Amino acid sequence: MPSPAGPTPPDGPVPTGFTAEWLRGEGADADVVISSRVRLARNLADEPFPGRASAAQKKKVLGLCRPAVLDIPGHTMVWIDLHDTSPFERTLLMERHLISKQHAKGKAKAGESTPEGSPRAVAVAADERFSVMVNEEDHLRLQAIRSGLALRQAWEDADAADDAIESHVELAFSPRFGYVTACPTNVGTGLRMSVMMHLPALRLMGDIEKVKRAAADMNLAVRGFYGEHSDASGDFYQLSNQATLGKSERIILRELQDEIIPRVIEFERAARKTLADKRRTLIEDQVYRALGLLTHARMISTEDAMQGLSMVRLGSTAGVLPQLDRALIGQLMLMVQPGHLQRLVGQAEQERRMVARATLLRQRLA
Amino acid sequence: MKCDRCENEATVTDITRRQGVVIERHLCEKCASEAGVVAGGSPEPSALVPQKPAVPTCPECGLAITEFRQGGLLGCPACYKAFEATLAPMIERAHEGATHHIGKTPRCKLARSGPAREAVVGGVDEQVERLRLLKRQLDDAVRAEQYERAATIRDELRRLGGAADPATP
Repeated sequence: MPSPAGPTPPDGPVPTGFTAEWLRGEGADADVVISSRVRLARNLADEPFPGRASAAQKKKVLGLCRPAVLDIPGHTMVWIDLHDTSPFERTLLMERHLISKQHAKGKAKAGESTPEGSPRAVAVAADERFSVMVNEEDHLRLQAIRSGLALRQAWEDADAADDAIESHVELAFSPRFGYVTACPTNVGTGLRMSVMMHLPALRLMGDIEKVKRAAADMNLAVRGFYGEHSDASGDFYQLSNQATLGKSERIILRELQDEIIPRVIEFERAARKTLADKRRTLIEDQVYRALGLLTHARMISTEDAMQGLSMVRLGSTAGVLPQLDRALIGQLMLMVQPGHLQRLVGQAEQERRMVARATLLRQRLA
Repeated sequence: MKCDRCENEATVTDITRRQGVVIERHLCEKCASEAGVVAGGSPEPSALVPQKPAVPTCPECGLAITEFRQGGLLGCPACYKAFEATLAPMIERAHEGATHHIGKTPRCKLARSGPAREAVVGGVDEQVERLRLLKRQLDDAVRAEQYERAATIRDELRRLGGAADPATP
């Protein structure tokens, strides 16, 4: 298994910087909303879906999609054949939310397994605001991402890229079911809009279950920091639409961007205000404990680091630690992830990684 | 194994299906002949076991509906046509009762004519049925004062070329 020996970045196109668009901490409502993401699922008309395709058929799909994806106007796209990358590089891409966990693994059909998984790729725009996974669950998964609450801009970006791709390849479309997808839960628009929210005050007030129930009533999915099957590490929650059929893109956008998400934002802000006004000591205690941990621990796990950063971020927006820069916190949220840490200190045992993580946090937050 | 009707050894298995219930009988040759299971002589055993009903399979990619039930994923775009009867109610449940797509359509195909356009908006019958459905949904939306929804349905009607006057509800 190839793995980099030291802290030098791997050669090749995999982005390794320590900022990512979605962690800038900028944009509308950035005190509560980390990022907005739009995902479109698309398939080629005459090819089996990746889960059923042979390695040869998947390679053919890569060949058909590559020119279409590289030609998307307005973006300088870099194509990465994931079956030619190391697990380490794929971890970096996953931690940056450019590929899914499933795509990083790249499980091949039984009997066709190769060490680096099945033929699949990701194309990434230079600014990482836009990416396309090829041969994940569907042939094409377009993703546009923005800091703050900016679903409309992300949608416009994905929509335009979709038009460009469609002018190159024949997309699968049914008059009844719309854009057809490998999983019937994605048919219709193939559109998933999700907003990553930071809801620490609602947790401290014991209201997070209320939000989850309300979200379920409105047919929204609530997921953790790294999407499906991940927990809400550090009070970060992703809210997204579940139904993709029978509602136009415009309606889905309006419901989330203009109605539902602003309500959750107001709910979190009200909780922060209550904490700041009536339970000042509680919030200060939580924030300073977290800061103490982050600036004094000698060994720290990813989970503890994320939880600490979450509280410190709350402190920076609730007036407890006004001098602390949100962009720095965002950067640290990425740097403490196992892959990015390895990129910094080289491959290491878990204990050494925990030491390196603690050292990094002490230095940056000093 | 003993014959279901006498003490002899059962040599014939008869499987029949009545009102959806599978009935399995084990009979000796004599009883089987009496029961009309074996019409004289000893036919090949395979002839006595009715062929299993064929599992619906996608003609394009060969995916059997049973594989979809296990894995939750379809095999190719043609599966939607092949398994439409099974998928439609399942899709309706997953999408808050929606049965048809409303929204974006591949723009290049829409601009074309003939089969390419039909692949997007459907054949004549399908279009007529769809227009009827949409007009009913539009009425419902207007009655419920869901104007945003009504506007979307009007857009959809216009896309399909069936909206005469946007002012009429």
